[in-house]
Amino acid sequence: MTLESVPLQGVEALFPNGISRYAVGGLLVGLGTVVIYAATGISAGASTFLESTLSYVSDQSRFQQYVASRDWRLVFTAGIVLGAAAFAATVQSGVVTTSLYQPGSTGELYEVAGVTLWSTDVQPWRLFGGGILVGIGTRLGKGCTSGHGVCGVGSASKTSIVGVVTFLTVAIGTATVVAALGVTP
Amino acid sequence: MPDRHPLFKPLIFVGGLIFGFGLAFSHMARPEVVLNFLQFEDLGLPFVMFGAAIVSGIGFALLPRIRDAAPLTGDPYDRRLKSFDRNVLVGGAVFGVGWGVSGICPGAAYASLGIGNVTILWALAGMFVGAYAQGYWRSRADARESAPTSAD
Repeated sequence: MTLESVPLQGVEALFPNGISRYAVGGLLVGLGTVVIYAATGISAGASTFLESTLSYVSDQSRFQQYVASRDWRLVFTAGIVLGAAAFAATVQSGVVTTSLYQPGSTGELYEVAGVTLWSTDVQPWRLFGGGILVGIGTRLGKGCTSGHGVCGVGSASKTSIVGVVTFLTVAIGTATVVAALGVTP
Repeated sequence: MPDRHPLFKPLIFVGGLIFGFGLAFSHMARPEVVLNFLQFEDLGLPFVMFGAAIVSGIGFALLPRIRDAAPLTGDPYDRRLKSFDRNVLVGGAVFGVGWGVSGICPGAAYASLGIGNVTILWALAGMFVGAYAQGYWRSRADARESAPTSAD
């Protein structure tokens, strides 16, 4: 925490983990998006991977329309998984340290072969049930947090801005209701 | 499929690596952190999405002025804008409920797997089930619409 003066205590309460890890992470997410766009002209979103990968196993026309992009979407997703694994092997494991990173206290840390890994405490039924709705909603709604949120907002698309406002508002309401029902974590 | 530049997939992979490292660094790959934001307990999360949107926005605005076409595909730097219809609202709302229940979105789920969160396979399985269900239903609806209306 770098904020110290008294008038900023209210701000500290709103940002208990500071903002640097969020901002740096966001800049990198944007950079990854721009690298792909600069090289290929493609605005890559993450959720199309779900349908393009289903085209390997299903003949349904909704999945087959993504046959041309399914190979590189698999490569993109593999990159995301391995980029996060590189983070686990470096910053999360304490091999690389930076004052911009605030480790926080969520979930459980565990070690495998000297690498510090992380696991969630959120219950599997929430992940599975919520995941089903994420799968339906992102594909029906034409995009997710990256397709609408990063690429769409970045290109000032009105459709994407409406999409983001919709899922953000509904998610805040839903999480508030779930918490009020006493479900934790 | 046309032959692609040999560096096409390596470049996509490098972009994915940076993207995934960023999601992990930001903690957006942790459902708890997303849920804390949605309950207004830690307001840092918007810096991830909007920080990324600002960077991509600068790239999307500048690149078409610097070059005519992307080097690895020859494609122009288009803005691929999505059309607006009712599905954007309905789908966005369904996604919002799912995100609020689980605390995870697709890209963050892939990154979550990378930081060792094996439990996130529940969410990934759910996402594939959901994507399959809507694709199956909509493919059949599309086929019904395009079929000749011989019954009438």
